[in-house]
Amino acid sequence: MIKAILIFNNHGKPRLIRFYQYFAEDMQQQIIRETFHLVSKRDDNVCNFLEGGSLIGGSDYKLIYRHYATLYFVFCVDSSESELGILDLIQKMYEKVCLSLQVFVETLDKCFENVCELDLIFHMDKVHYILQEVVMGGMVLETNMNEIVAQVELQNRMEKSEGGLSAAPARAVSAVKNMNLPEIPRNINIGDINIKVPSLSPF
Amino acid sequence: MALKIVKGSIDRMFDKNLQDLVRGIRNHKEDEAKYISTCIDEIKQELKQDNIAVKANAVCKLTYLQMLGYDVSWAAFNIVEVMSSSKFTYKVSCSQLQLQSVDAVLITTIINSVSLPLVTQDLSSPNQYDTGVALTGLSCFVTPDLARDLASDIMTLMSHTKPYIRKKAVLIMYKVFLKYPESLRPAFPRLKEKLEDPDPGVQSAAVNVICELARRNPKNYLSLAPLFFKLMTSSTNNWVLIKIIKLFGALTPLEPRLGKKLIEPLTNLIHRALDLLYGMVSKKNLMEIVKKLMLHVDKAEGTTYRDELLTKIIDICSQSNYQYITNFEWYISILVELTRLEGTRHGHLIASQMLDVAIRVKAIRVFAVAQMATLLDNGHLLTGNMQRNGICEVLYAAAWICGEFSEHLEDPMQTLEAMLRPKVATLPGHIQAVYVQNAAKLFATVLRKQEGTTDSLAAQETSQLLIDRLPLFVQSANLEVQERASCILQLVKYIQKLQQKEVEVAEEVTALFAGELNPVAPKAQKKVPVPDGLDLDAWINEPPSESESEDEKPKAIFTKEEPKHTRPRHTEVDEKELARRREARKQEQANNPFYIKTSPSSQKVYQDQPGVEHIPVVQIDLSVPLKVPGMPMSDQYLKLEEERRQKERSERKKKEKKKKREKHGRGRRADSGPESEEDITPAHHVDIVTEEMPENALPSDDDDKDPNDPHKALDIDLDKYVYDVQGNLQDGSQVVVSVIFENKTDHFLKSMEFNVLDSLNSKLQRPEGSSPHDGLAVPFQLPPGVSNEARFVFSVQSIVMPQKLKGTLTFIVKTEDASTHEKLDFKLHFTCTSYLITTPCYSDAYAKLLESGELKSSSLKLEGVIMPFHHLLARICFHHHFSVVERIDSCASMYSRSIQGHHVCLLVKTSNQTVSIDAKCDEPSLLGNVLDEIKHTFSQC
Repeated sequence: MIKAILIFNNHGKPRLIRFYQYFAEDMQQQIIRETFHLVSKRDDNVCNFLEGGSLIGGSDYKLIYRHYATLYFVFCVDSSESELGILDLIQKMYEKVCLSLQVFVETLDKCFENVCELDLIFHMDKVHYILQEVVMGGMVLETNMNEIVAQVELQNRMEKSEGGLSAAPARAVSAVKNMNLPEIPRNINIGDINIKVPSLSPF
Repeated sequence: MALKIVKGSIDRMFDKNLQDLVRGIRNHKEDEAKYISTCIDEIKQELKQDNIAVKANAVCKLTYLQMLGYDVSWAAFNIVEVMSSSKFTYKVSCSQLQLQSVDAVLITTIINSVSLPLVTQDLSSPNQYDTGVALTGLSCFVTPDLARDLASDIMTLMSHTKPYIRKKAVLIMYKVFLKYPESLRPAFPRLKEKLEDPDPGVQSAAVNVICELARRNPKNYLSLAPLFFKLMTSSTNNWVLIKIIKLFGALTPLEPRLGKKLIEPLTNLIHRALDLLYGMVSKKNLMEIVKKLMLHVDKAEGTTYRDELLTKIIDICSQSNYQYITNFEWYISILVELTRLEGTRHGHLIASQMLDVAIRVKAIRVFAVAQMATLLDNGHLLTGNMQRNGICEVLYAAAWICGEFSEHLEDPMQTLEAMLRPKVATLPGHIQAVYVQNAAKLFATVLRKQEGTTDSLAAQETSQLLIDRLPLFVQSANLEVQERASCILQLVKYIQKLQQKEVEVAEEVTALFAGELNPVAPKAQKKVPVPDGLDLDAWINEPPSESESEDEKPKAIFTKEEPKHTRPRHTEVDEKELARRREARKQEQANNPFYIKTSPSSQKVYQDQPGVEHIPVVQIDLSVPLKVPGMPMSDQYLKLEEERRQKERSERKKKEKKKKREKHGRGRRADSGPESEEDITPAHHVDIVTEEMPENALPSDDDDKDPNDPHKALDIDLDKYVYDVQGNLQDGSQVVVSVIFENKTDHFLKSMEFNVLDSLNSKLQRPEGSSPHDGLAVPFQLPPGVSNEARFVFSVQSIVMPQKLKGTLTFIVKTEDASTHEKLDFKLHFTCTSYLITTPCYSDAYAKLLESGELKSSSLKLEGVIMPFHHLLARICFHHHFSVVERIDSCASMYSRSIQGHHVCLLVKTSNQTVSIDAKCDEPSLLGNVLDEIKHTFSQC
């Protein structure tokens, strides 16, 4: 069984977390910190498996991780999972996440390694989609990545068609927001309609 | 009212979505907590609205806040509410939230009351994704009540028509069992059924669930063992295999009979793992890997498995001319440790390794001799048990090394004594023979030492020792032993006589064994140049006249001249003829599209290497104590090696620091990181003596063309090897390689065996039951001058990259009086082009394909192509398996398909010797490689 999947950056900031067993939020944060401490001090050329921290279950659990550029992908699993199998799964998952993020950020010329942390943060929901198709309730649901990608793509298409007309204005707005126009005034008052323009920061 | 709705939806447009929230938090680094608390207030407001889309957006933002550690359990009710929406998107965002956080008792009741109807409704939805999401959501918050109420619904879903739903339903059953154990009994038959589901995903889900269940109560699942056994032998899914093996691990303690059945599949797995090791080894990890293997050797129970490990260790260490060994002392220690194995069959292998290393690595001889002397001293341990017979072969090597390099021995007298013990007579004959011969060499060394000192008596005693002990060997039943022993015995007796007359004999005895033995390269004999003025074809004596009764003409002219004339003329014709043939062959190859030119042959390794004498032999630096008590030797080396590397690394770092200081201002330098292979320097400077070549050997190029050279016999040298790789249309993962074998020798060739070193991607298909190292027999024999074609099928996984496979062909050359084994190395180049298959395509279908927008594009420019356009097209069609779809003037569109169904489209234009090719394909790396290959084709003309 998989107990948790954690993705955090080189400074220990969580970028995506998924627990398959109940932990209160503050406990989750402690676990992330502890895991980060265990994983981050390891050299890149040492083994990718280690004993889990005391918070998540101690030596009955193993942490299996991979380090990609600025991100750590960590799986916490019990003895019924194979370390190499999980390691392979992380790699495959990472590739698919990168591939689908590339589609989302629509920069096809970007190569794999350039999918950055930011893309992951802004499209967290999409990454969750993928994760949901890989692991369900702590058990590996599917290891065939083509199958997973097919499902995720179908769901994305469905989402778009569902959005349809009603989502059009929201999409237009988000397109405007994504433009780099820092000089727009923060608040526009037209009569009694108070339109808030959220902070527009250059990205 | 209407206005309110309009206003609501305009407001909504400017609500923060997830991305805004993330951006906002990043922009408020200094007052993050404050910013988030306002955000949470906003979210609370949003959750109060009627608009479900607004709520869904709010829930989405909660996911992010939860990740940052903010408590979101207060929103549980709304989350479940959004879950009930009819829109897929909204529901998905909910299931992303860690709903297990709503485990609090109060909220459990909410879920039970609210979600049951909702989930039930979704579970029966016609849309598979609604159902799927409901199941995913459920996996996060199954409660005992929900489990009880939904168990039967989920059981029905296990037989859903869509595999997507089936596999999710199967997995979630595990959660249901946990919360509501009563459901296990009725659900189990169906779960068992799913083990044989046609969909691999469902199958693996079922295996997953049963393995989890069995981990807790293995004995209840013993009855499933046959079913799992069948799965294990038939499944190709690694995940399923791993799970099943883990399950068997839990079952075997309960049912010992299972163990026996498992031996075969498991050893297969282990073999595969061992094969992987072979490729994994590097200078850096060799010692570590061998250490692990040695541990397994100690633990191994069956002798077959242990022998397998032993050969693997030796294979791994000796591969590519000991490329990965940095410390040969360590290797010798490993070999010595291996001799302690009981009942191994591979004594011979260990012995040949010992000999090879001791002969070829000069620096190691001192150490090797010391180790071998110990072995000889303890020889009785190896021979004590007749069952251990195989291992006594190492004594053969030990005796020879001690004798040959006896000048390095510390106490030759003791070794001499050890070699003449009566117990030796129980050894096999060939080993005794070596003992006797090398005892003589040792005797010479001992004599020299003893005569150097003033103690002449000691020398006489040594002779007496030999005279006492040798008669035992003279009586040996083995002819070789008997002969050598009696010969040496007489010699020693004579020496003793001389000694009694106080004559110094050591010098002369040593002369008997003077000179150093060095390995000789297989081609050495052939390379000895013919000295000037020596005509091997000339008669040394006048030959007897062929017929006495010939006419009366003066014989002298006839007999002297005839051979001189005919023989050279004969060879001259031969050479001309050969040159002509060679030329013709080159021509033919140039025009042959399947012929692929390769880099120059690797057989010229010896060409420029100086002889043994020129190799600098560096004094061996014995920083390592020869024996360390209490710990196996090899472990010590491992430790020392690590320390040494550590030291080197720190020294290197120091140097880097220095450099840094010198170049300060260039900014931070990356840490030196993991050591690369080149960084590891050998512990001692060890020269591997190459096989000996005669002085002023001819350059290899010349003799490579010798038609009678058996190495060129088959004419399948790298640059004469003809083969064709073709994709198999019926099966997207197979290619067929047709090889034409041509026998260019004057001898009969038989028992040809074709073997290729498989890569992860491409594998030679062998008949069932054979190991991945077995060669395939070529189904014919080749009389001289005959050629024939054989086909070999390879299975290929990914076709987007070109690949090179190494292989060997072994065969027997049968000459009139003898037959010899020969072997040829070759490389197979699987180009991407060979995965393409000429497929016709109509222009409308072609246009549709291009419009679909699923293809990635790339382009290529060729300069200076001087050929008519139709020749150019023909060339692409011919060499790269394309077909022309349409051609207008100097522009043409072309099409081809890969065996795995990738479309490759080309648009070729030409103007003024410049050809531009725009290409599109659904697989960018395949396209890139095909274009490279096209470029290569044109660069050759």
